[in-house]
Amino acid sequence: MNNFTVEAIELTRLYGGREAVSNVSFTLSKGQVLGFLGPNGAGKSTTMKMLTGNLAPSNGSVKICGIDMIEHPKEAKALIGYLPEMRPLYKELTVDEYLTIAARLHRVSAGNIKKAVEIAKERCGLGHMSKRLIENLSNGYQQRVGIAQAIIHNPMVVILDEPTVGLDPIQIRDIRALIREVGAERSVIISTHILPEVEMVCDHVQIIDKGKLVFNGSIDVLKKQRIGNKLLISMLNPPSADELLKIAGVTEVEVLSANQMRVRFADDAAPAEAIVQAAVKNNWGLHQIAPDQTSLEDVFVQLTYQEQAVPDVSVS
Amino acid sequence: MIINVARKELKSMFASPMGWVILSLLMFAFGTYYLNGVNDYFSVMSGAMRPAERTGVTQFVGQMVYGFASFMVLFAVPLLSMRLISEERRSQTLPFLFSAPISLTEIVMGKFLGLVAFLGILVVFIGAMLSTLNIWADIDFGFIVANSIGLLLMVASFSALGLYFSSLTQQPVVAAILTFVALFALMFLDRFFAGDPSNTLASLSLTRHFQSFSGGLIDTADIAYFGLFILTFLTLTVRRLDADRLRG
Repeated sequence: MNNFTVEAIELTRLYGGREAVSNVSFTLSKGQVLGFLGPNGAGKSTTMKMLTGNLAPSNGSVKICGIDMIEHPKEAKALIGYLPEMRPLYKELTVDEYLTIAARLHRVSAGNIKKAVEIAKERCGLGHMSKRLIENLSNGYQQRVGIAQAIIHNPMVVILDEPTVGLDPIQIRDIRALIREVGAERSVIISTHILPEVEMVCDHVQIIDKGKLVFNGSIDVLKKQRIGNKLLISMLNPPSADELLKIAGVTEVEVLSANQMRVRFADDAAPAEAIVQAAVKNNWGLHQIAPDQTSLEDVFVQLTYQEQAVPDVSVS
Repeated sequence: MIINVARKELKSMFASPMGWVILSLLMFAFGTYYLNGVNDYFSVMSGAMRPAERTGVTQFVGQMVYGFASFMVLFAVPLLSMRLISEERRSQTLPFLFSAPISLTEIVMGKFLGLVAFLGILVVFIGAMLSTLNIWADIDFGFIVANSIGLLLMVASFSALGLYFSSLTQQPVVAAILTFVALFALMFLDRFFAGDPSNTLASLSLTRHFQSFSGGLIDTADIAYFGLFILTFLTLTVRRLDADRLRG
């Protein structure tokens, strides 16, 4: 018996012959936060619907804590909290009424419902909204109610489809903190368009494109790919490339413009200080030196548009 | 779990003015009929000299009220049943139910029972209203019980059909119209075959099966008809929702 909380095995979903999701397999363990990335229409939401049993996979299977979603849907669903892309809120009810119903439907025992509702409200910062009709809440607060609904029964797996859409920056920060908090003891899967969010919240990243997984691995792999061993240097009187190559650790120099160049260095070297010293000594007129980061967007674009070009990144 | 879904439905129905308005308007209409029935009873019976022309007050007033009620629910049920599933489909709240640990059958049963419980309030109120006749007359409670059971079964059948049509569309109004047309056809099917009462199609009519109840007779054949009617449409609804999950 392994301790995977979520196992997706060769999930495939056809929509009238077109593959919306094809052969997606992954696992998730307790205490992990998985970020689901992908352009529009890549199959993120479809995959999430299959994970939560809202959509039957055309092929493949889903196991939640070892329980098969197709064979024992009730038991499996009891372990999941799900917030779909469109918030499933009954707008004619108040926050308290809605959360009570959510708790009841998710098999929270009668005696604990009140407590569960209080805890969920507190975690999502909804305490002072108890008696308000959901209809009258702002977009951001409605989103919080949606999240509260997903965590009310303290599920093993929380699946949130674009949880930070429509929130203001402070709320986004709160929600991210909440996701990390839940992720510490449970498993969380979130989908998002916001790339830095993935870096902040997730330990695992999956990039999905046209229904296929193009990247599945730890966030560190992605970060490494992103930061790389590069320095961006701007100088008023730049020396020739050969002079820079003499500095210990520098492996490659690329001249970008008249006074800017990019320097690559070996994995274990840190040549920044040596370069500065050389610049002072030789009066190169150094005015900027910084690690050259490929933005996460670039990595994302690279992965989704040239998937063949970077096969070595797919470590799962 | 079925109970929890039913409670949710009842809560939604009473959370909007719709439920209250329909309940109060219907009760007002039934109350008027009851009052007229009692008044008419005296004027009609004072003219009826021969004993054969005389009927009991329960039957006279009861038939008036229950006859009217069975006609009124034809309009009330589509209005109430239309939102059950189509509204959830439109506001995309179905995933809330689908991802909870409840089966489709439980969801459908819960919604059905929620609506029947709501309409059951009407049936109970009508029964209670007619029972007040007992204060100054000696009324036939058996008649009222048979009629109440008949009305409840009919309302339940209407609800099952309404629930099914509600699961077919995203537009509550479309569901209401379809339900109304289908119910209207089923109610008056026997009128079309008035010349040939033994016709099989005529015996599908809902009114025909309500008739024995309205005479005070509880017939198992009629109970079976209503039971099968309800079962058929609930099964169809479950299948329709299952198709959502399979086809997406």
